[in-house]
Amino acid sequence: MELGFGAEYDSFRQEVRDFIAGHWPPADGDLKSREHERAFVIAAIERGYLHRAIPKRFGGSEQEPDIGKAEIIREELTRARAPAGRIPGNGLVVPTLLEWGTEEQKARFIAPTLRGDIVWAQGFSEPNAGSDLAALRTRAELVGDRWIINGQKIWTTHAHKATHMFCLVRTEPDASKHGGISYLLVDIRQPGVTVRPLIQMTRQKEFNEVFFDNAETPADMLVGERGKGWNVTRSTLKHERSGIATMTWSLSMFRDLVKLAKEVERDGRPAIKDPRIREELAAIEGELMSLTYSTYRATSHDMHGRDIGWFQTMPKLYMTELAGRIAKLARDIVEDDFTDMGGARLKWIERFMISLSMSIAGGTSNIQRNIIAERSLGLPRDKVQGAGA
Amino acid sequence: MNFLLSEDQLAFVAAIEDLLRDRCDAQQVHRIFDVEGEARFDAGLWAGLVEMGLPAIFVPEDRGGLGLGMVDLAIVAELLGTYAAPVPWFGHALATVAITLGGSDAQKAQWLPRLAAGEVLATVAFGEGGGAWFPDQWQLVATGGLSGRKMLVPNAAEADLIVVGVAEGLALVEKGAAYRTERVDSGDRTRPVDTLSFDGAAAELLADGMAARDRLADAAAVLLAADAFGGAERCVKMSVDYAGMREQYGQPVAAFQGLRYQLVAMALATEPGRGLYWYAAHAWDALPEKAAHAAAQAKAHLTDTYLQITRDTVEAHGGIGFTWEHDTHIYMKRAMLDWAWMGSPSRHRLRAADLAGW
Repeated sequence: MELGFGAEYDSFRQEVRDFIAGHWPPADGDLKSREHERAFVIAAIERGYLHRAIPKRFGGSEQEPDIGKAEIIREELTRARAPAGRIPGNGLVVPTLLEWGTEEQKARFIAPTLRGDIVWAQGFSEPNAGSDLAALRTRAELVGDRWIINGQKIWTTHAHKATHMFCLVRTEPDASKHGGISYLLVDIRQPGVTVRPLIQMTRQKEFNEVFFDNAETPADMLVGERGKGWNVTRSTLKHERSGIATMTWSLSMFRDLVKLAKEVERDGRPAIKDPRIREELAAIEGELMSLTYSTYRATSHDMHGRDIGWFQTMPKLYMTELAGRIAKLARDIVEDDFTDMGGARLKWIERFMISLSMSIAGGTSNIQRNIIAERSLGLPRDKVQGAGA
Repeated sequence: MNFLLSEDQLAFVAAIEDLLRDRCDAQQVHRIFDVEGEARFDAGLWAGLVEMGLPAIFVPEDRGGLGLGMVDLAIVAELLGTYAAPVPWFGHALATVAITLGGSDAQKAQWLPRLAAGEVLATVAFGEGGGAWFPDQWQLVATGGLSGRKMLVPNAAEADLIVVGVAEGLALVEKGAAYRTERVDSGDRTRPVDTLSFDGAAAELLADGMAARDRLADAAAVLLAADAFGGAERCVKMSVDYAGMREQYGQPVAAFQGLRYQLVAMALATEPGRGLYWYAAHAWDALPEKAAHAAAQAKAHLTDTYLQITRDTVEAHGGIGFTWEHDTHIYMKRAMLDWAWMGSPSRHRLRAADLAGW
């Protein structure tokens, strides 16, 4: 048993480090330049460091799957604050296109997507189709050689920054609930599409409503067969995911919490000296260590082809609950400053709210519970609708 | 990444599990649990486990042992926890750790081969009551004859050798010395404990006991955490199985979302703890600066979780879970001992905070 990757990965890490040092930060020091970012991503793809699961002919680097290497690359890119070529929607559409797209769709979309020249929004949720996604009503009608789209999507993350949308629409109104859905690609920079940002309770803008009013997309922008869109969405992201990145996020939030508890004075001493705060902080650390080392265990098992077991379905819900616990202890520490949205503790007030978004986005906590119940514990499927269907 | 058990370790636990499945099923545990009078251990099962080398795990190879580490002890502790095995392993295993770490050459030669072979049964005596479990709280003095009391000593009545935590470090007391044992009417009848009263007992200090005692206390915390994980996971599985079997309103109760979510909460509280106890055992073996903190965290988190899980298990089973004939109460009482022995979770959390330098 060891916590590292083993000696065989040390030279690989050094290679990656040397590569990054030669390319980032850019010579002129301009970290915000889109051109620099693009150049770095292209160089990293050529070196085999990014988009490793994507074939070369579609602009990827086509490497043998290796979670260890992927994790080392991620760590080193993060350490150097270098671009990782990750845009949320893009990571979702590329595997789908690889599995279901026509040769023409693959050739046209994948490479520009990997370089970040095309940015995708995901058009799945609707006002009346959330966890029950298949209840969606946005419809598309084939008129001549074009799909005419009418309806509304919601919670569309970064739609205001996106150029395209991959979306689920109802194309077969007479078919069954799941059987009437198709998967379409739409250029959203067109008059028939209106993007309206939704302001979150934190005052930030990340997601949007998107309205389709006779929007159009060519007939050959259908991915998979007509009425088979539900299956298309189920193409899994089968590549080098380790969960270490999400765990690292929790660790950094916890480090901030400890810092806060040392900074804030209460009753004439740092909050961290208050036994009640101290004990809760240690209890949170115990959960965080559980998540951390179970993630290392899971990653190791994955790399060695062993079954991860129950933990496989658990990280998201565990982290969601942990983030809530961290946010609540921060609330107890900042006390009087907790309502001051203009004050020094705004970050923690935001986290108090943002930690809630984790219980909704990407599968609500109750959907996660269904997934754990069915896939890990082997309980019978929910009679009305199984987990993540 | 290699944070996983080796093929040898997997084979070792698989072999032990075969034996436990065969000879330590729930009925057998109930039989031992229900023996009239003072609690005792399952001598036949213990003999089988001795034969498989359980007492020899930590003993160095040149002293007749297997020369393995804390991870190996911990994965075995998990299994014994899973099966609620009524055997005197915990105290004995810690005694092998104590002598291996702190014994002089002569002390090792005298005791370790016989401990490894299970010819001599040993245990450890730490607690002095009132939450005084840690080495820096030990008041008893060995020099000039040992007097005073130690609490909740595992199998002291049966032990041939007791490693006693004392102000000077660690002391060996042999059977026949001036002490009395009184079996506690402890909830956990799978691991009997005694109150030990020394009255000028002859005691021999371990040569490096002072250096070994903190490590030994951490080892105890790790092994309790591992036992707690094994027991908690078994309780979750029992509850899941029962929910799939028990029918009400014409369907398995597992179909009711309220119960499903209870079961998920139990599994979610339990399963990630495996990584924590693995880490604590690994840190004990390989990361000396992290070991004490990790042991405190593992002991706090896992034993706290275990006790709560046994409560949830009763709820998940309904009336039958509240009865003496059901397995749950056996696990709950093991959880109670895991929780209390070596100090409560709260104490360990505050200790972890100190060790983190907060």
